[in-house]
Amino acid sequence: MSQNKRLLQVKNLKKYFPISSGVLFNRQKRYVKAVDDISFEVYDGETLGLVGETGCGKTTVARTLLQLYRPTSGQILFDGINLTELPENEMRKIRSRMQMIFQDPYASLNPRMTVGSIISAPLDVHTQMSRNEKREKVQELLQLVGLNPDFVNRYPHEFSGGQRQRIGIARALALNPDLVVCDEPISSLDVSIQAQVVNLLEELQNRLGMTYIFVAHDLSMVRHISDRIVVMYLGKVMELADRNEIYLRPQHPYTKALMSAVPIPNPKKARSRQRIILQGDIPSPINPPKGCNFNTRCPIAQDICFKEEPVYRELALGHFIACHFV
Amino acid sequence: MTANTLSQQSINSPLLRVSNLQTRFHTQDGVVHAVNGISYHLDSGEILGVVGESGCGKSVHALSIMRLIQIPPGEIADGEIWFEGRDLLKLSENEMRHLRGRDIAMVFQDPMTSLNPVFTVGFQICEALMLHMNMTRKQARERTIELLNLVGIPEPTKRIDNYPHQFSGGMRQRAMIAMALSCEPKLLIADEPTTALDVTIQAQIIDLVMKLQKEMGMSVMWITHDLGIVAEMVHKINVMYAGFIIEEGLVDDIYDETLHPYTKGLLGSLPSIDEAPGTKLVSIPGLPPDLIALPSGCPFYARCTYRQDHCREERPVLETVNANGHAVACWRWREI
Repeated sequence: MSQNKRLLQVKNLKKYFPISSGVLFNRQKRYVKAVDDISFEVYDGETLGLVGETGCGKTTVARTLLQLYRPTSGQILFDGINLTELPENEMRKIRSRMQMIFQDPYASLNPRMTVGSIISAPLDVHTQMSRNEKREKVQELLQLVGLNPDFVNRYPHEFSGGQRQRIGIARALALNPDLVVCDEPISSLDVSIQAQVVNLLEELQNRLGMTYIFVAHDLSMVRHISDRIVVMYLGKVMELADRNEIYLRPQHPYTKALMSAVPIPNPKKARSRQRIILQGDIPSPINPPKGCNFNTRCPIAQDICFKEEPVYRELALGHFIACHFV
Repeated sequence: MTANTLSQQSINSPLLRVSNLQTRFHTQDGVVHAVNGISYHLDSGEILGVVGESGCGKSVHALSIMRLIQIPPGEIADGEIWFEGRDLLKLSENEMRHLRGRDIAMVFQDPMTSLNPVFTVGFQICEALMLHMNMTRKQARERTIELLNLVGIPEPTKRIDNYPHQFSGGMRQRAMIAMALSCEPKLLIADEPTTALDVTIQAQIIDLVMKLQKEMGMSVMWITHDLGIVAEMVHKINVMYAGFIIEEGLVDDIYDETLHPYTKGLLGSLPSIDEAPGTKLVSIPGLPPDLIALPSGCPFYARCTYRQDHCREERPVLETVNANGHAVACWRWREI
């Protein structure tokens, strides 16, 4: 994928959420450091996987990329345009080129709107299509995602979870976006339906050539769909590399632990492997540990990890890592 | 039941024997056939994985064993559930209450909602101990601290007086496990206990249950939709679909000699760890059948790629295929 051009560049992105304490006089302002100084690039036509546990900031990254949250600092260059400095009306134009598929297909579709009006909503906002053109486009999209085009007048409650997610995908594709951010699109679906949706996403990418950012906590699925993978922990990037590098030669102790926690659907292989079981839970992002973020759970942590934050550096070509001991 | 069945029970006594269990729900839209005549047994010390997608009846069958089905709208229409020589379906509610929690304990899916938010975690565990084990408050408290320590909660003497909201998701699930294990049950039913948790926490919980199972020698029934999770921990597996067991057997047989097209589809839906880039997942087309209007033939007919006319007309029954008890309900298992 490296021969491709960069579609998106994220530089030193930070997103802090203030917590107000007290009702009137907030003396000390504290922050949840949801995303804390991360940088990565997304190439045209690839799928970048974003993995990490709950609270690691992966959804915040996804939302900040689309400027649904304004970042605290840092730059997001989309096709060379810095989104962070763009006024809202210009941002709205660019948004037609970047779309999102949401996690919960039950909450992301308005129950009072018909499928047809849900899918044509982006067309209403961004295009001057006539009613008939829109209707045709909607039917075309429904067919594209494997739904019956006659469903336009039905309501979301008439569909199953997997079908709803297909509707969400059709809506995201309505404007032929360059970038689609998929925020855990399959985590609320059944296993057999997950495979249907993942296959659909891959098929659409082959056909339409868009770029995906695929956010998930299910590592086996992320490995399946991604070209490169970003591993996040507590608002920071721990490791970024090609999917095979991450799976076959993980370097960071956190990545190693994550990999070994993935269930293997094969009893013989599962029994013979060495598992690294991390102790404890992910610390609070309000009060992250000093030094390396991962030091409270790291099996190889030493003194330096509690004092100095490891530098995020390029270990080998395209393989980035933040750890003192690699 | 009859004296005959009773004596049979005591000779080759598995810990739990379910036969022809049928659970239904009477709703406004019609009768939902959630569990449709399933039979299996579980020996003591054995770990059974019950696998299937949402709506396949795996949780309802577990709740039927615990007699936690609300009647009405629910109804256990037929069947027997033999546990240590007693048919649970024949017990009075009072007898059942003594058994629940003491002999059979259950851990539920959602650790966020299964603890009572207005009582301390310690109180909730002590309650079971005082009720079932006749302990005094002081004894129960000591035992609770031991249990919290056992399930790996740091500083149990301090944490015992915490409220559930002060615990993280993983810790709450640990507390639930401590509660379930408090009376040293003979059977632990774990209903998707790790679904709401992160992978690293899931690994911790699986590890913990495995360790405790070995130490205490109890039987475990692990209910899940993820064939990946059960691969490394269970001895045998029941694959359920639309309220039927469609394949059962030892774990190695299920994974290596997969027979039923649905099980094959489930396994194909999971990306394997050593797949080549660009491999397509094998997905199962379509949706599970409506449990109100069950098809009269094979329940998997509408989604099956190997179907024939015969499959629609007659429902296949479980057929044993090897000496280890591997069985499949499919007309065409020999050919596919």
